Amino acid sequence: MTVLFGQLFTGISIGAVLLLIALGLALTFGQMNVINMAHGEFIMAGAYTTYVLQQSITGAGLSLVVALPVAFVVAGTMGVLLEVLLIRRLYARPLDTLLVTWGVSLMLQQLARDVFGSPNVQTRAPELLTGNVALPGGLTIANNRLFILALALAAVAALTLALRLTPLGRRIRAVVQNRDLAAVSGIATSRVDRTTFFLGSGLAGLAGVALTLLGPIGPTMGTNLIIDAFLVVVVGGIGQLKGSVIVAFALGVLQATGEYLTTLSVAKVIVFVAIVAFLQWRPQGLFTLRTRSLA
Amino acid sequence: MSLFRDRRILAGAMTLVAAAALTACGSKTSDEGSAAGVTADVSGDTVKVGLLNSLSGTMAISEVTVRDSIMLAVEEINAAGGVLGKKIQPVGEDGASDWPTFAEKAEKLISEDRVAAVFGCWTSASRKAVKPVFEKNKALLFYPVQYEGLEQSPYIFYTGATTNQQIVPGLDYLKSQGAKSVYLVGSDYVFPRTANKIIKAYATANGMTVLGEDYAPLGSTEFGTIVNKVKSSGADAVFNTLNGDSNVAFFKEYKSAGLTAAAMPVVSVSIAEEEVKGIGTQYLEGQLTAWNYYQTTPGAANSKFVAAYKAKYGADKPTSDPMEAAYVGVHLWKAMVEKAGAFDVEKVRAASDGITFDAPEGLVTVDGKTQHIAKTARIGKIGADGLITEVWNSGKPVAPDPYLKTYPWASGLS
Amino acid sequence: MTAVTPAPPSTAVHPAPVGAVPPGRPAGRSRLRTLAGFAFGAAVLFAVAPLVLSDFRLALLAKYLCVAMVAVGIGIAWGRGGMLTLGQGVFFGLGGYAMAMHLKLADAGPGGMPDFMQLYGQLDELPLWWRPFASPWFALPATVLLPMIVAFGLGSLVFRRRVRGAYFAILSQALAAAMVILLIGQQGTTGGTNGLTDIKGFFGYDLDDPVNQRMVYFVIAGTLLALLALTRQLIHSRYGELLVAVRDGEERVRFLGYDPASVKLVAYVVAAGMAGLAGALFVPAVGIISPALIGIVPSIEFVIGVAVGGRATLLGPVLGAVAVAWARTALSERFPGTWTYLQGLLFVVVVAFLPGGLASLWALARRRDVGARPVRRGWLSLGRRRAERTEVPAA
Repeated sequence: MTVLFGQLFTGISIGAVLLLIALGLALTFGQMNVINMAHGEFIMAGAYTTYVLQQSITGAGLSLVVALPVAFVVAGTMGVLLEVLLIRRLYARPLDTLLVTWGVSLMLQQLARDVFGSPNVQTRAPELLTGNVALPGGLTIANNRLFILALALAAVAALTLALRLTPLGRRIRAVVQNRDLAAVSGIATSRVDRTTFFLGSGLAGLAGVALTLLGPIGPTMGTNLIIDAFLVVVVGGIGQLKGSVIVAFALGVLQATGEYLTTLSVAKVIVFVAIVAFLQWRPQGLFTLRTRSLA
Repeated sequence: MSLFRDRRILAGAMTLVAAAALTACGSKTSDEGSAAGVTADVSGDTVKVGLLNSLSGTMAISEVTVRDSIMLAVEEINAAGGVLGKKIQPVGEDGASDWPTFAEKAEKLISEDRVAAVFGCWTSASRKAVKPVFEKNKALLFYPVQYEGLEQSPYIFYTGATTNQQIVPGLDYLKSQGAKSVYLVGSDYVFPRTANKIIKAYATANGMTVLGEDYAPLGSTEFGTIVNKVKSSGADAVFNTLNGDSNVAFFKEYKSAGLTAAAMPVVSVSIAEEEVKGIGTQYLEGQLTAWNYYQTTPGAANSKFVAAYKAKYGADKPTSDPMEAAYVGVHLWKAMVEKAGAFDVEKVRAASDGITFDAPEGLVTVDGKTQHIAKTARIGKIGADGLITEVWNSGKPVAPDPYLKTYPWASGLS
Repeated sequence: MTAVTPAPPSTAVHPAPVGAVPPGRPAGRSRLRTLAGFAFGAAVLFAVAPLVLSDFRLALLAKYLCVAMVAVGIGIAWGRGGMLTLGQGVFFGLGGYAMAMHLKLADAGPGGMPDFMQLYGQLDELPLWWRPFASPWFALPATVLLPMIVAFGLGSLVFRRRVRGAYFAILSQALAAAMVILLIGQQGTTGGTNGLTDIKGFFGYDLDDPVNQRMVYFVIAGTLLALLALTRQLIHSRYGELLVAVRDGEERVRFLGYDPASVKLVAYVVAAGMAGLAGALFVPAVGIISPALIGIVPSIEFVIGVAVGGRATLLGPVLGAVAVAWARTALSERFPGTWTYLQGLLFVVVVAFLPGGLASLWALARRRDVGARPVRRGWLSLGRRRAERTEVPAA
């Protein structure tokens, strides 16, 4: 029983990490059909931001708190730069964005290597986040994973509210649903695109800060995560947040269960087979955005 | 596309191919000696050696510092007058963490640059990929990393530890500390799988139980489930053969699960000072490692090596076992060449037996039969300052035994 | 093919598709010119290259030409069919492993086992699924048929359910990732991360001998030319036009009574077969096949070669693949520390600013106004700028 709950929580926390990474993609991929392979490098930028801040801010807790907004802005700014310099030219060719941003991601990795050195760097986590909560029955829940779960849920809540309630959110939704109609209604679609890209990339930065609690901080840290995150968005349904949320947790639990029963390698293959099977059932993802366009 | 245009493009394309081909052969050397056994070009007053490490891709996190340390050895030798009166001219290539690229670059170093020896490679996969290239061309590779043994190529010198110089002493140490059960965690590739096979044979013969065995794909950073399994097994110790990034995630998870070095120590064979720096002592303090060299290893040779390294690359840069083994490799090659009196590969090989070098890790001796070197095994404990201090050593250099022929319990392994 | 095109009406592809032959061009004359082009290509590959290149560079060219074969397939599936397949490494790997398994068994001799199996797998006898590969009559067809069967299985699932565009791209990418993990996990029987290395012989010929390496090169060059001829026939056939039509307006083709899923499936399966053949020939040329060659990164690099060369042309993919692979070697030899910047920059600049690839440079040089091409803005893309999935065709 303990093991069962332990694994369930592990699955949920894998899901939370996936969600945090996929959230930014759900925005950029969902709204603009941009397949941004450099998203992983924005995560890396967020993680390195934490590292840099710790050089001057000594308290591990304080530096983490400061790092969250700073990383959001750093990664967001990188995203806007990418949008303005390259992606803007490629809206008519969504699949090409994948190749271009792949090139960008190669360059950013090399840049990180030259600036911060090839080996991984370390950040200190606040002591509070390296402990765990003991539950009756010998079950322990790691504090850092609770923190990431909370951060992911908070990000989803904030994003949902922003999309529902703010004027900006209305504009974003309008552009997602029908770009040309939004444009003729007086919405500056290119400015909305830029803002969306800022938000999406900024979320990657947040994910980067959170990941310093779990994994390595190095030049290639982003590449391992990106494919899983894209799968989450694709299976969840492009243009929808709730799909990504459900799918992230479902895939997390599926992977944790599969891994417990077999091995990590087999679990990954199980997840893939499940995804292909799922897309047979719902080729446009869990939730589809209903619009009047045919394509 | 009309057929008319088609043909124009076709013609243009072929011209381009021809142009590319011509450019590619800009540095073409004559075809002489391209059959088996390319001889090194030592006609000038310099001698070229190849440096083959990953400067990009996932393995760059480890291999770049090895390249730095090889360069240090080359500079030292050149400052002291070179080898047989010739200055060493290093030719660097990027293996890009991709095994076929390693093979391509090895071939290039041997047949185009005609180097006298190549220093480098890290993963077993890259070594396996270049091995046929060196054997075909009868050229020399100095391989600086501890590995899974069960190999003995006539054209490779192994300056890192084989299993009986690292894993077996690690197990001996655990046994002497009273560990009755172990849990095995490793990355999913050749070294951990082979190492764990050896560990299981050892455990069976020595009354230890192996409570579990788990592998994570290289680069994997999700260790929730594996740590859960380790924790619920209640093993006395964990034997860790994870490589690279996975170690960071594993130890972070290990600590948050409430596991400590006091309750369930982890013996790692791929965590050196450089990796400690990338993980953080917050997570590692008190954990054990098995190597042949630490930055803190006493001796004048090591003080000189550490000082020289820091002077060249920065005071905050640590030195580690693979870096030291790579550094030693260059010096051993120099000693072999000087004993042979020639750069000729077969003469160098013939001269190799019994060559000694006062290495930072202590005196090392080349065993000409296996082409491995005798090294002192050392178990260390990671301290709060990020350095590793020795808690046990084998007293004298352990003779290399890549096929574990002198260990009765290992008879079924090779 | 007959199942795909049930008596196509002559007006099947109405808005002048990119691949159509303009009327009024004398077919005989252009065939002659194409033949001349092929003869020229053959001369370069068979006479010039072996004369001017050292053994090492010729072996590299053989490797590039294998990549070019994969690129020809991608050119059909992506450039002509609009399916961005980011998982060609899987098919390349299937072909490569099938060939390598046979060669390893041949090296081991009758009844023998590949060296690594005793070492890592501790196996006493050959696993069942290895056994058929001992026979060349099974292994050689398998290098092509195995990838085609896998592609057929996957393709008939996803195309029928209309998984396309970015969905298809990411799904195919995940396939490559899963394949790599699967191979690495089965170390005892697949060689794990190491892959299958140290292949010594090729049907009785010693691969260490430079003369035999040259022979392998000639086989590869000949195969590439043959594939190009085949592809030219394919894209100029009625099926080829239908494929372009599906790319540019899938719904419209469906309304005309065709089944776009079958049309796409054929292109996907053909591309997979070419990748498998390339993998099979890569093995004797390089002497190694490993998971590092079939994962996400190499799969993307295959596609980038095609994009750089010009995706919708016949020769663009070949040129692009060779150019990218050659640039990788040349840059990393010249600038071992900084070559990844240059490589990244190359991808960005060519794909972003030269959508037709290098092939469009040729067109520019011929003063063909690329911009004057009629904008194909079908009613399908009504309302959404980004829904314009039509890839910009190259010259």
